[in-house]
Amino acid sequence: MTSFQLEIQLVAVIVAGACALPGCFLVLRNMAMMSDAISHAILPGLVLAFFVTESLSSPLLLAGGAAVGVGTVALVELLRRTHLVREDAAIGLAFPAFFSVGVILIARYAGDVHLDTDAVLLGELALVPFDRWIAFGYDLGPQALYSMSMVGVLSALFVFLFYKELKLATFDAALAATLGFMPMLMHYALMALVSVTAVAAFDAVGSILVVALMVGPPAAAHLLTDRLDRMILIAIVLGIASAVSGYWFAHALDVSIAGSMAVAVGVAFLVAFLFAPARGLVAAHRRRAHQRWQFALKMLTIHLAQHEHRPDAFEECHVDHLQDHLRWDSGFAGEVVRQARQAGLVNLESSQLVLTAAGRHLAREAIVRD
Amino acid sequence: MEQLFTDYTLRTVALGAALLGAVSGALGTFAVLRRQSLLGDAISHAALPGIGLAFLVTGSKLPLVLMVGAALAGWLATALVIVITGASRVKYDSALGLVLSVFFGAGLVILTAIQKMPNAQQAGLEAFLFGQAAALVERDLATMSALGGVALLVAALLWKEFKVLAFDEDFGRSLGLPMRPLDFILTTLLVIAIVTGLQTVGVVLMSAMIVAPAAAARQWTNRLGRMVLIAMGFGIISGVAGAVISTSTARLPTGPTIVLCISGVVVVSILFAPGRGLIVRAIRHQLRSTRFQREAILMDLYQLALQHHRRDHPHAEAALQAMQPGGGKLRSQLKTLAAQGLVRQAGKQQWALTSKGIAACAQLHRDRS
Amino acid sequence: MLAAIEVRDLTVAYRDRPVLWDVDLSVPNGVLMAIVGPNGAGKTTLIKAILNLVTPSAGHVHIFGKPYASIKSIVGYVPQRGSVDWDFPANVLDVVLMGLYGRLGWIRRPGRTERAQAMEALEMAGIRHLAHRQISQLSGGQQQRVFLARALVQDATVYLMDEPFQGVDATTERAIIALLRDLRLGGKTVVAVHHDLQTVPDYFDEVLLLNVRRIACGPVPAVFTQENLGLTYGGRVAFLER
Repeated sequence: MTSFQLEIQLVAVIVAGACALPGCFLVLRNMAMMSDAISHAILPGLVLAFFVTESLSSPLLLAGGAAVGVGTVALVELLRRTHLVREDAAIGLAFPAFFSVGVILIARYAGDVHLDTDAVLLGELALVPFDRWIAFGYDLGPQALYSMSMVGVLSALFVFLFYKELKLATFDAALAATLGFMPMLMHYALMALVSVTAVAAFDAVGSILVVALMVGPPAAAHLLTDRLDRMILIAIVLGIASAVSGYWFAHALDVSIAGSMAVAVGVAFLVAFLFAPARGLVAAHRRRAHQRWQFALKMLTIHLAQHEHRPDAFEECHVDHLQDHLRWDSGFAGEVVRQARQAGLVNLESSQLVLTAAGRHLAREAIVRD
Repeated sequence: MEQLFTDYTLRTVALGAALLGAVSGALGTFAVLRRQSLLGDAISHAALPGIGLAFLVTGSKLPLVLMVGAALAGWLATALVIVITGASRVKYDSALGLVLSVFFGAGLVILTAIQKMPNAQQAGLEAFLFGQAAALVERDLATMSALGGVALLVAALLWKEFKVLAFDEDFGRSLGLPMRPLDFILTTLLVIAIVTGLQTVGVVLMSAMIVAPAAAARQWTNRLGRMVLIAMGFGIISGVAGAVISTSTARLPTGPTIVLCISGVVVVSILFAPGRGLIVRAIRHQLRSTRFQREAILMDLYQLALQHHRRDHPHAEAALQAMQPGGGKLRSQLKTLAAQGLVRQAGKQQWALTSKGIAACAQLHRDRS
Repeated sequence: MLAAIEVRDLTVAYRDRPVLWDVDLSVPNGVLMAIVGPNGAGKTTLIKAILNLVTPSAGHVHIFGKPYASIKSIVGYVPQRGSVDWDFPANVLDVVLMGLYGRLGWIRRPGRTERAQAMEALEMAGIRHLAHRQISQLSGGQQQRVFLARALVQDATVYLMDEPFQGVDATTERAIIALLRDLRLGGKTVVAVHHDLQTVPDYFDEVLLLNVRRIACGPVPAVFTQENLGLTYGGRVAFLER
């Protein structure tokens, strides 16, 4: 591994971590699409700041981008409050307009300088090592490493310091408000953080990978745990793993690094979606299959118990009529009866199903209260 | 303007943009009303790998081939969003963000792979990012109008079914209408609408063409039919305007120009639309509160007069001011009342009710009790 | 006599949780029946299961002895008022006309005949004068009347109503109950989810007390007892508490 490769991966790893932190809260607050909106809308702020400073690493860029990002959030809120458009439409209206302004500014006035539209969307991680920070004649490494680290530390600090406020504002905004935690302030602080992260990351990884890293790892982590602190840790680990594996995939096939990382995020999510121990598709399927039988056995005993010794018992408790009364197909009904007999819940007496004491007990447990 | 009909490029561009505006305006109306505004964003981003794969597999750049690829990918993305939200605790917005970014990432991977291929005429696929109206040719137009025409025709034929689907799905099902297949068809039409516009606006900004015309049109009418027509109109106007401006100006990308045009229409609609527009609402609110204030002043005079043996006895402006501590424009309000013949100035800073004013006050008094 | 609605052994589960458990119900023809029970008792689910809007895990529903799918046109549905977006671009007449969509068939649009029928239904609901009003400008009571008119225009035999009295003013409540009585006079059957226990004896002939299971069902004087209400609202059903 060359030092360039190391530097690229280092930057990617920091981006992944810095995105996962605010991303967890976005996902839990059902605002994941704000990452998409903000990461697009910051563009004009960036471009204008770039025109002023003529540098891509100036802190003014961070400020400009963050201001426009928070401005977009405020605009969406403003639009929603008019009740003329709904929130999802407000988001869908605001960010394409901002993004368009940015793209046009670039196309008209930036010419062929470093800023070009492809880089905005796609980012160019491979170029990261060429933009170095050189002080007093010493090469201190790529600039992106420093800007991203700064933002990452800022995110970590914010989440660490305001952990309980964020948690409360996320799960119970009303309670947070009554306790004086100002959930609105938390909301805008979080949005500012998302904006700053998106600005710092856009040059390296592009706006789309910012979305992937902010939404994918937290969403996958949410399938793996119910605890917020673990969710954040797992999201960071998943984000980093996706970044590194995505890099080597891109390296092997010589394709877009940012694109590969986004795909790796998708793969990570897919694995969690399918195989998460408790919430994965496979586990849920297995559990459901098991519960289906339990449920069916219980239904059978209740059905028999309710019609026992009643005039319609002959009809209702006839083994061949189960499929009509319980809406079971005959194969399933046969298997349920087989299992019920095996478990000693029912006996079969001349085509009539008769509850055993154990079966009656199960039915009573299921129905009777106290 | 004349050029529109003579210049081949300009005509093609304008026709393509008009098609885009009409189709996305109509289907976008349903998407916005069904709270699928951001689904359009996911579908259009997801179309990118479809375009790349279609080219990779067939080696063809025929618009139909690319559009079919885009549509299949967009449709797959929609299905994935439904599966993810249905089978796990992942919420709709997260599923959208995830599918959107992962599909787009896959698209980038495929596009960069195509670029690296020897003798691949890859140029052209990039145009799908921000759109390139100037590159539209008649063959593209034919494909777009065929697809878009079918989408509009189906929407017209299934009009009332889509209406009930958008308003009250359960009720439609209770009527015995097959709502699930209808949902499938309407979503497919949305995918077609998006795919139709990709070449002109690009995958990144196509979602705006779904949301904006509908959101603007909603402000001008309260009827679904008119909303669809107005959205189509707005879509056509801004599509043509944006495409023509960008084609005739150097270094002006098509997609963003069209988006800015339609965004302008949205701003104008939200501000100025009669009935719902913010300015109209503010004016109406202002008029009403001024009227209330005037009535309050009139009633104050009435209260003062009731304490007096003569109803038309004049009272000092200062007294009225004291009774209306918030009412800043007392003098001008009194002048308006005088112009209406309800009060008269009886000396310096002295005002009295006229007989018409007394009658009006008595009426107000009755109305309020 | 054939029951208007016959529910046998109905069990509905969302994912793995039973919402309705083994419910039997027989609604005689020509009665007003209330479905009463605490929140989460499965009242709305029962209505939706009868309408085949949710798929039961077991049991079946017959309407006049036939499965729902074959006689949809004789069942009118009044959903909860809050289940739709009232800012939808439509006026009152548009919404009422939707009641005729099932009968119209594909492609055909409502014409003059349908509009006349819709106006008649609006007249019955007492809101003919609101026909061209935008639906977002309606009060809660007026919205409820619009939904009633939409069901009336179906000219159904059986009406299923989910909380028709939810959030309406006193005048509307009286108007709606008068309308329900008119329907009963015309030989129709109405089953309504109801929240206000006090008015059950005044408004309804029969009542179903529901809490996941059927607690009791029958004529109001016989069934609507303190004891049964205690059973319905007293506690949760044992098998749910695991």
